Amino acid sequence: MTSYAYRKFKNILFLALSLGCVIIAAVPLLSILIEVILKGAPELSIKFLTQTGGVIGSSDAGGIGPAIQGTLILIGLTCLISMPLGVMSGIFLAEHGNNEYAGAYAAWMRIFNNALTGVPSIVIGITVFAVVVLTLGHYSPLAGAVALSFIAIPIVARTTEESLKLVPNSVREASLALGVRNWRTTVSVVLPDARKGLVTGALLATARIAGETAPLLMTILGGQYFFQGFGQPMDALPLRIYRDAFLPYSNFQAQAWGAALVLILIVLSLNIGVRAATSGRLAK
Amino acid sequence: MSPRLSGDNLFKTLTALLAVSAAFILMITAYELFVGSLPVLQKFGIYFFTGTKWNPVQTIVNPEIYGALPYLLGTLVTSAIALLIGVPLSLGIAIFLVEMAPRTLRVPVSYLVDMLAAVPSVIYGLWGYFVLRFWLLDYVEIPLSRYLGWIPIFGGTPQGLDVLNGGVILAIMIIPTVSSISREVIQAVPNSIREGAYSIGATKWEVIRNWVLSYGRSGIFGAVILGLGRAVGETMAVTMVIGNTIGPSAIPNSLFKPSQTMASLIANNFLEATPGTLELSAYIGVGLFLLLLSLSINVIAQVMVTRVLKVKGGAVE
Repeated sequence: MTSYAYRKFKNILFLALSLGCVIIAAVPLLSILIEVILKGAPELSIKFLTQTGGVIGSSDAGGIGPAIQGTLILIGLTCLISMPLGVMSGIFLAEHGNNEYAGAYAAWMRIFNNALTGVPSIVIGITVFAVVVLTLGHYSPLAGAVALSFIAIPIVARTTEESLKLVPNSVREASLALGVRNWRTTVSVVLPDARKGLVTGALLATARIAGETAPLLMTILGGQYFFQGFGQPMDALPLRIYRDAFLPYSNFQAQAWGAALVLILIVLSLNIGVRAATSGRLAK
Repeated sequence: MSPRLSGDNLFKTLTALLAVSAAFILMITAYELFVGSLPVLQKFGIYFFTGTKWNPVQTIVNPEIYGALPYLLGTLVTSAIALLIGVPLSLGIAIFLVEMAPRTLRVPVSYLVDMLAAVPSVIYGLWGYFVLRFWLLDYVEIPLSRYLGWIPIFGGTPQGLDVLNGGVILAIMIIPTVSSISREVIQAVPNSIREGAYSIGATKWEVIRNWVLSYGRSGIFGAVILGLGRAVGETMAVTMVIGNTIGPSAIPNSLFKPSQTMASLIANNFLEATPGTLELSAYIGVGLFLLLLSLSINVIAQVMVTRVLKVKGGAVE
């Protein structure tokens, strides 16, 4: 039997180590934030945010206007595609997924949904390249939005299911008791009651896809110009960062840090939105 | 009640149809990757899995050939490094959050983990390429290769963009996944277990080590496997820091050598292949590997985690 003093020492040692883990994990995060702010902030200007990029290698790196525009277009299109599909799947899983007929079917759909969240985004990129880009014959913002939707749909479906399940059954029963039809109950009573969860899901999915890079490589390709139509390549913030980082010119590398600052501001503000939405729900 | 065309039935059918979307996307993905990789699988057969040569340009002396083994190894080795470093850190964070942290610290620490999850992968890559690379080079790689360079895994000339950097970046990126799920698992351990252990005189660490962790081990294992799934599929950050070599030189036999993972191979080279060529088929074939690997990892993990957390009735990540 080991002595009490040794056990006490070991206790304190390991508890201190677990605090150490937190501190070690904080180092990269702080370093990333500090670097992005220190190197990115000097870049920010109206010109940087609105103009097109300069000729590669020239002394004027220009701006990241097209990349910001592209990212916003992608977010908009992706929401248009993924929100209806994701929310409807979530409604099915939560509202109809538990009765004896639909239960087994819903269980399988849930498994597929979870499996889809585990598919690497680059693999989704290949799929959309084969299905959309090769069919259309050119790179297209639509292809990018489809690829991002494939990533967003399972996230939206799952958060929708979870937030609908949090709505108490008494609310549904009250509505049904008034003679309201089932579907009307879902649309007009349950969904509004779960709106904060739905908003959270939408914001989380948006934050996830805004920073997604890999599938964009083979769907929208990137480029130097503002949006030129659905048959042309388009730029996006993550692609701009990736391409600029490897250029052997310091002004373009600085542009990458500036773009990273803009991207991280977008993603973090979406996450703060999630916090605001969920803390409101808890406070209710 | 006889089935009829009512609003209820319509709505239910509509949602049931749209609920297939995830399954449908998965099917399309599997189908496209399988069909797309058929040419390379037919031509090279088992060599595609076991070979190391990769040459897309046919010349008289060098025939066109595709063997994906180095990239499979690259993925496995970087993911293993990620688990070695990331899992103890994540468990420490989870233990700190559930068992130790005072209420005032709990919220900021869970913010920290959430923010690690929120940072886009391309920004991890940017940081790894411009910052972490020089930290590793100056404080880890140069000392290690000077004193322990005779050990094969520390061989080669350190330059910062290599297997080690890829593994460390992945370790940071799996922390949110592993720590948040193990946190849920640890929280799901009934308090009566802890109380029983304290009552026979165990210290806090002994309670955690011998009761809490062993009660939740299956769920924690599931969390680790989910972290592995995240590491295997991660693309951009690794692509930016791993050095990107092709062919036999990409075999990750030293921490300080540039290498290549399956995902980074595709990200780097996919656009250079012309549609319809064997080269494109080879990249799609690597994608098929990656899909199968990550799907099986995820299914195993989901099963393990849900089995543990079902008791609590909560839905998991």
